[in-house]
Amino acid sequence: MSLSSDPVGFRPPAAAHSSSGDSGAGATKVSARRCSVFYGAKQALFDVDVDIPERMVTAFIGPSGCGKTTFLRCINRMNDTIPIARVTGEIIIDGKNINSDKVDPVALRARVGMVFQKPNPFPKTIFENIAYAPRIHGMATSRDDLAEIVEKSLRRAGLFEEVKDRLDQPGTGLSGGQQQRLCIARAIAVNPEIILMDEPCSALDPIATAKIEELIDELRENYTIVIVTHSMQQAARVSQRTAFFHLGKLVEFGPTDRIFTAPNDQRTQDYITGRFG
Amino acid sequence: MVDHTVRAFDIELQDLARRITEMGGIAESMLGRAVEALVKGDLRQAEEVIGTDAGLDELEREVNDKAILLIARRQPMAVDLRFIASTMKLAGDIERIGDLAKNIGKRVKAIGVPFHHPSLVTGVTHLGDMAQDRLRQVLDAYARRDLDAAMEVWRHDDDIDALHNSLFRELLTYMMEDPRNITFCTHLLFCAKNIERVGDHCTNIAEIMHYMLTGGAVNQTRPRAGAVTEVDLAINGDTES
Repeated sequence: MSLSSDPVGFRPPAAAHSSSGDSGAGATKVSARRCSVFYGAKQALFDVDVDIPERMVTAFIGPSGCGKTTFLRCINRMNDTIPIARVTGEIIIDGKNINSDKVDPVALRARVGMVFQKPNPFPKTIFENIAYAPRIHGMATSRDDLAEIVEKSLRRAGLFEEVKDRLDQPGTGLSGGQQQRLCIARAIAVNPEIILMDEPCSALDPIATAKIEELIDELRENYTIVIVTHSMQQAARVSQRTAFFHLGKLVEFGPTDRIFTAPNDQRTQDYITGRFG
Repeated sequence: MVDHTVRAFDIELQDLARRITEMGGIAESMLGRAVEALVKGDLRQAEEVIGTDAGLDELEREVNDKAILLIARRQPMAVDLRFIASTMKLAGDIERIGDLAKNIGKRVKAIGVPFHHPSLVTGVTHLGDMAQDRLRQVLDAYARRDLDAAMEVWRHDDDIDALHNSLFRELLTYMMEDPRNITFCTHLLFCAKNIERVGDHCTNIAEIMHYMLTGGAVNQTRPRAGAVTEVDLAINGDTES
């Protein structure tokens, strides 16, 4: 037995999950080609080209107003909901341009789930929070089917044990971190392929944050995850790819390990080291 | 480079760099004075060199403490992270150089008398000068963040090795000539080895600087002095670092 590779046992047990590995790119799940977004006359995003790999966590970082959330919202056409927003270019998921008129945004959003900054459970029971979407998407025919989906989703979100005795109580009565995991459970209840997270931990304390990060690390086995975060440490911890946005442009995209130790672009360097004016 | 938004961070980083420069200055002077003490058989100076080492060790501990604190406090990234990690390694290399100078000082005390062999005096003095030059160059390169100058040091360690090898051979002949020379020559042999190791630490420092400034390892092979022979192995063992 060789001890030399890990003399003090610092390596996390799930080495395969650690974000330090995975330098090789997997298959591409989402491609953006010349993606631009305008709010009225103002252009918020400029010709973004990027290939987001499947079953990895990709982090978007950058200063406020840099376009990272705007771009995230392109991936499930959330910008459709803003009347003055106009999106050009292509967002290709599994080879199909989702900006095509033929794509139903509601069906798309079942494939591309979203978790927001502030936990936003429905004002319903914990059970109903999870059951609502599978029911309207016709994924369950009986109450038993639904109960199974609810339990499975809550388990995947690491919340089941904490709430199993109070599924009939309001989701809004949970703690902030639990509410956020409830929202993640709600997102995965409809079997999405991609989960978008817009600063999912910024309203949470460090322990709740750690639980979400642990969850993200587990979820990436089955889902492609894109996370917008203002915490560079969080991006470094949870992601395998990092994209740096600045002034509406994608400045640099690459393996997280490299971006945070030796970025190529001076602007990336200045931002992540805290040198931005 | 643009300053950090948090000014205190810049001040802390500058403080670390200043301490490395200070450590480098002390190590450089220790080495010079140790070789001088050796050549002159100056026991008092040798004792002085030995006494200086504790201060250098203390500085290394301070550098490491400050670096650890900086990591905890600022969560440095990219160039800052590389700088801080490199600083800790640099402090280690410089501290080792101090140890080597101290060891020479101890040998001087063990030998106890000046030696008057002109060829050996020249050889050891020259070796010491070369190592000191190398150290000065690489520390200057550090102070100026000058990668080219650091790599220049990195490429030219072979002349120190070559001189050390020829000194070794010369000492061997004296030992074979007269067994009464053996004690003295062995001490001198170790002194030469210590000086030669300083050269190795200088190339280490250059490599650390390469990582610090570029984020990558040096991916060339360093020129070696001549082919490896059995004598070389006897001299150098596998201490290559």
